[in-house]
Amino acid sequence: MNKLNLLLRSLGLSASLLAAGSACATDITGAGATFPYPVYAKWAEAYKAKTNVGLNYQSIGSGGGIKQIEAKTVDFGATDAPLTADELSKENLAQFPAVMGGEVAVVNIPGLEAGKLKLTGDTLADIYLGKITKWNDPKIAADNKGLTLPDDAITVVHRADGSGTTFIFTNYLSKVSAEWKAKVGEGKAVQWPVGTGGKGNEGVASYVQRIKGSIGYVEYAYAKQNKMDYTLLKNHEGQYPKPDDDSFKAAAAYAHWDSKNGFYEILTDEPGKESWPITGATFILVQKAQDKPETGLEVLKFFDWAFVNGGKLATDLDYVPLPDKLTQLIRASWKEQVKDASGKAIWK
Amino acid sequence: MSTSLQEAHHKHQNTLDILFRNVTRLCAFGVLALLGTIIVSLVVGSMPAIKAFGFGFLGSAEWNPVTDHFGALVPIVGTLATAAIALLIAIPVSFGIAIFLTELSPQWLRRPLGIAIELLAGIPSIIYGMWGLFVFAPLFGDHFEPWINDHLGKMPLIGQFFSGPPMGIGLLTAGIILAIMVIPFIAAVMRDVFDVVPSMLKESAYGLGSTTWEVMWNVVLPYTKIGVVGGIMLGLGRALGETMAVTFVIGNSHDLSASLLMPSNSISSALANEFTEAVGELYTSSLIELGLILFFITLVVLSVARFMLYKLAQREGGNA
Repeated sequence: MNKLNLLLRSLGLSASLLAAGSACATDITGAGATFPYPVYAKWAEAYKAKTNVGLNYQSIGSGGGIKQIEAKTVDFGATDAPLTADELSKENLAQFPAVMGGEVAVVNIPGLEAGKLKLTGDTLADIYLGKITKWNDPKIAADNKGLTLPDDAITVVHRADGSGTTFIFTNYLSKVSAEWKAKVGEGKAVQWPVGTGGKGNEGVASYVQRIKGSIGYVEYAYAKQNKMDYTLLKNHEGQYPKPDDDSFKAAAAYAHWDSKNGFYEILTDEPGKESWPITGATFILVQKAQDKPETGLEVLKFFDWAFVNGGKLATDLDYVPLPDKLTQLIRASWKEQVKDASGKAIWK
Repeated sequence: MSTSLQEAHHKHQNTLDILFRNVTRLCAFGVLALLGTIIVSLVVGSMPAIKAFGFGFLGSAEWNPVTDHFGALVPIVGTLATAAIALLIAIPVSFGIAIFLTELSPQWLRRPLGIAIELLAGIPSIIYGMWGLFVFAPLFGDHFEPWINDHLGKMPLIGQFFSGPPMGIGLLTAGIILAIMVIPFIAAVMRDVFDVVPSMLKESAYGLGSTTWEVMWNVVLPYTKIGVVGGIMLGLGRALGETMAVTFVIGNSHDLSASLLMPSNSISSALANEFTEAVGELYTSSLIELGLILFFITLVVLSVARFMLYKLAQREGGNA
């Protein structure tokens, strides 16, 4: 079931979450990122059962979500890569994070004990730059004393489709490697110096599982559900934490969330000994000036409910709920930023 | 009285006829109008990319969304190469299927076999893609590509096309999957046209002592070549535009490589992969221009096919 979910998610199949029959006036509509679609769907189902307010979320991709909220055809947009403060003020949008996730580097190295290989960000960048081509390269060996590394060629696997996962991954590589930043840069799609592209998380995962000596990056949930062998990554403090909910939350806790710039924060290479270095949040966009304050309020109520009650549903799907401290900041930002026509805050 | 009634009846029929004629005309012109608007919107949508890159777009292998530099060479080559591989495999296989079904197969086997082939045509392409990725590619990568590397890869001249890491995905795999997908189309058309060859012609040839092969090659094929070419073009059209199955197995990398074992990209899979998350005017517009190019390629292929059919028909006419 989970696999099917993920498949649908990464294929970007859009689907209305709730039966078309429920054309209730208070139903809210959203569109955008595919990465958080499964958890939004779960939340919507539970929320509908409780409040009878339905959510119609179209997972058409972040780009489409941004365009639709700018055109006001939906009540909220969703994007994996946050908009900058400039972009937000240009379109008069408010932005806040909704849920987080982590990414891991997965490998297929026959004969190597699972979960033991340690990589630094710089080494990972060199692998993706095509500078390190063998698993027993001295640079990898230096961080892995005691492991016998095979003399196998490295096959690099990346995403073929534009994706928030790639954005977070390349953002991380740009932070830890000056050469990556200069040569490739960051984005939802980049010009990969080497490697082959898999479609969606399941494409990358299946290539890595099949090609001996390969390395790829996938959402943590995907690696966990498919029991894939991941690497440990050196974080900002020089530690090698295990990728799990705790280390993702740690990264979020160290981040400097600021409502003034729309919570623009990419949780890569965060400080903190326990922080996992490749973590990211996915974001929601709403109009600052609400033409229909009632619907606008319903959107905020939905996410408020999700912050309070949606943690378990999110964790079940291997997403990471936002820490309480952050959700309080978010509610404060709603009060400050989201207004009706007369300039009154709609969130009380 | 009766004449006026008849007249009224006629008039009524006339109106119905005119109405009917106009409705059908509307349907037909509607398609034309739709086609026109699609072309116009493709051209308008790709204007920023056309302005920015000009004809250089066609010859550049660059595809860098970060710096906004785009070129269509890799997807164009990938599209044409996979379609060519597909036809290279599919034509002889379909020919064999059609010969067996019309000439050699025992009566009782014809129907089930024919239905099986038609069923193949009805399988959604994503199934072919997933089967290709999860079943075919591992087999191909583990067992066939090493052999290809060791034998074909060592040959002079063509060696460079067949050497590379045996990953199981790439241009060749995509071409083979496409071949499997177009075989039912080509085979079905070939069978149907072979079936309409008058048995007198065939029997006369057999009577002169021809082998089955000679009958097929010298009598049936010349008699049906228009239909056969039409079937092949149908298959080619499908191979050029196929998206999902190719996306799964082509490797989706914007690298230009001579080797058929290396990952590449096709126009339709680049569109399917990148359109949803493409941000920025130039990126989106370059993808739309890719769509325009595919449209153009298909148009050229169809026109060439029509022209060939026309020439063939003309020659037939001359002979008769």
